[in-house]
Amino acid sequence: MTEAMTNAHKSAGEAVLDIRDLRVSFATAVGTVQAVRGVDVSVAKGETVAIVGESGSGKSQTMMAAMGLLAANGKAEGEALYRGANILGLPTAKLNRIRGAKITMIFQEPMTSLDPLYTIERQLIEPMVEHGGIGRARAKARALELLKLVNIPQPERKLRSFPHELSGGQRQRVMIAMALANDPDVLIADEPTTALDVTTQAQILALIADLQKRLGMAVVFITHDLGIVRQIADRVYVMKDGQVVEQGEAARILTEPKHPYTRMLLDAEPEGRKAPVTGESPILLEGQKVSVAFDLDSGLLKAPIVLKAVDDVSLAVRQGQTLGIVGESGSGKSTLGRALLQLLPHQGRVFFSGNDISNKDRGAMRPLRRQMQLVFQDPYGSLSPRMTVGQIVTEGLLVHEPGLSAAERDRRACAVLEEVSLDPALRNRYPHEFSGGQRQRIAIARTMVLKPKLVVLDEPTSALDRTIQKQIVELLRKLQADHGLTYLFISHDLAVVRALADWVMVMQHGRIVEAGPTPVIFESPVQDYTRELIAAAANNLSG
Amino acid sequence: MARYILGRLLSAIPTLFLIVTISFFLIRIAPGGPFDLERPLEAKVMENLARIYQLDKPLWQQYLLYLKSLASGDFGPSFYFRDFTINELFAEGLPISIQLGSSALVLALIVGGAMGVLAALRQNRPADYSIMAAATIGVTIPNFVVAPLLTLLLGVWLGWLPVGGWNNGAARNMILPIVTLALPQIAVVARLTRGSMIEALRSNHVRTARAYGLSGYSVVVVHALRGALLPVVSYLGPAAAALLTGSVVVETIFGIPGIGRYFVQGALNRDYTLVMGTVVVVAVFVIVFNLIVDLVYALLDPRVRYD
Repeated sequence: MTEAMTNAHKSAGEAVLDIRDLRVSFATAVGTVQAVRGVDVSVAKGETVAIVGESGSGKSQTMMAAMGLLAANGKAEGEALYRGANILGLPTAKLNRIRGAKITMIFQEPMTSLDPLYTIERQLIEPMVEHGGIGRARAKARALELLKLVNIPQPERKLRSFPHELSGGQRQRVMIAMALANDPDVLIADEPTTALDVTTQAQILALIADLQKRLGMAVVFITHDLGIVRQIADRVYVMKDGQVVEQGEAARILTEPKHPYTRMLLDAEPEGRKAPVTGESPILLEGQKVSVAFDLDSGLLKAPIVLKAVDDVSLAVRQGQTLGIVGESGSGKSTLGRALLQLLPHQGRVFFSGNDISNKDRGAMRPLRRQMQLVFQDPYGSLSPRMTVGQIVTEGLLVHEPGLSAAERDRRACAVLEEVSLDPALRNRYPHEFSGGQRQRIAIARTMVLKPKLVVLDEPTSALDRTIQKQIVELLRKLQADHGLTYLFISHDLAVVRALADWVMVMQHGRIVEAGPTPVIFESPVQDYTRELIAAAANNLSG
Repeated sequence: MARYILGRLLSAIPTLFLIVTISFFLIRIAPGGPFDLERPLEAKVMENLARIYQLDKPLWQQYLLYLKSLASGDFGPSFYFRDFTINELFAEGLPISIQLGSSALVLALIVGGAMGVLAALRQNRPADYSIMAAATIGVTIPNFVVAPLLTLLLGVWLGWLPVGGWNNGAARNMILPIVTLALPQIAVVARLTRGSMIEALRSNHVRTARAYGLSGYSVVVVHALRGALLPVVSYLGPAAAALLTGSVVVETIFGIPGIGRYFVQGALNRDYTLVMGTVVVVAVFVIVFNLIVDLVYALLDPRVRYD
């Protein structure tokens, strides 16, 4: 270590965690992949530092490496100083005295980060007994205290619950409780709100900020969401391709970004608004009092418990219109989309181009399927991994235009891939060779090849980074303009809905809370729930 | 829970009925009969035998008679072992087969499980490769090769263990047959455990356990292994049913009076009642062990509930 570096370290002596020249590489079948290339990150007592970047930027791996949590094929070099002592590469037994006690972590996936086989109490107690040297009885009392601290309703009962009995937001609160159990110096939060609904996101963020103020620990917040940075961070590191491209005070980075990548991130909000269609445009899809009920827990002798996933919803969509259906998970928005497409049995009536299609069987629906298509949220799970992109895109043609020659199908595959801005030369490759955004383009191409009238888009941008989202929004807008498409756009992401929809419907518990033209809903919402949703998403919208 | 078990047992009755019906007619369609010898018996003798064993009645009547006696727990007389009923044969042989099979099962679970966990923890390192190589060998070498080799080595050359015989279940006599029975099972259990363990070690909740500085035992056994055992348990159900009902090869080579040999003998001799008896016993074991697997699932995983 050079003298200059030592001095620099002394001047920044208050740093609790100081990562220096960290490099992370993974040995893969195709050779060594450099995930992190010499990163310096430090955080002082009581400070909140955000590490921002898109997926693959190495932001998570930086902290995973520091905590000794890299996958088996990962290798870390450099230094991670906790109170001046390097913890990188410590033997597990020594490292275990620090992680879980002095430095704790919460993860992106609240649904899977807790062990499904043990009660909340048992999982909360484990690290306390391991590190604190306190007995089970005291640990139990502390566990209850912690659940109260993180505002979990019915904390006594929740202690005896298993993770699957809790909602995503509650599980993340349990994780936070676990992180605080041993009074840590540093809390590392790896995208802790990404998998949660907007209103829950806001609550979790407020909780972390509040606990930090009261307990005075340092927080490292890993996120792709600049709205969160604005809300809670003191300092920001912007990462791209395994390197820090810009760092500084949060206020300065957000207002005067220097690096072009930071500027691009800040500029990544979907833009533009959809022009409303006129009243003369014919109604393409109409639903009258549509309800979908699921029987839960039906037994031979007891009356089934009925869950009304969609409850008496009526709607009408005109040709060329985009209806945004907004709501949090469990609000019934996806179920409604599926019922309208006759993919789920429902009550009430549905008309497509003026014809009653309510509960038509598969055979009767088949000729209509071509005109009504569906794009899913998960671009990784919805494309068959064993088919080439060309096969995936043209599979629908085999059903709807069986007479086409192979050469003609191939020609159409090229045309449609070009239309979604993918190189047709790539049509012989398999889905795993494409990025998330490219896969979503493939999924869109698969529907467009059939020249549909109506496309139901079920959270098509939710799994994508903001910059990619923006591109997909632009693609969808262009396709709509070129082909006069009608969209049913289902999303919890208000920013995207605002950019794409000319009519918005807000759903909660299977019912319509409020509906109206997009500008009206966003600028002067009438219902409390709509206001709450918009307020919670405000950080994203003002970006 | 009790209601669930009762329901499952009741639903086993139609299953058993189907199995019994299909096997009854299948074995009767097969050419030849229990009294066909190289030198045919006199017509008069055949007639008498047929009358005694009720083979002279129309097939559907025989079928109903068999169902009736089966319902009262009577498997009927053996056609081949002239002085024995099937119940007597099973009462003698089944406990022996169960004793051998269950010992082999426990051995397979412990040794195979430990090997699988070790291989998973040392994934793609020498320990992993050697365990998996041993497991592959264990699966590929048939037991009629393993048994004589073990006998030759431990029984003949070293003289440590008896080469065969049951000797009223003396421990020394049981070691070789148990090991022979267990070897392929150890291999399968090791492979299964390794696979599910590797997946479990990569799961998010095990990452949480590591991130919270829990001890190696807690990470590996408490948080990874319990979940990783689920696929092993699913395999062990049917495997247990097969093991406990005996093995033809092992019982023949080591001269053990279990019921495994009846599978082949019954079929070759057209001993109708013996074939039917073994079919019913195996079917009952399979049904019972599948039920046990489902109950163990509920025990291991709180998300599985049967009430």
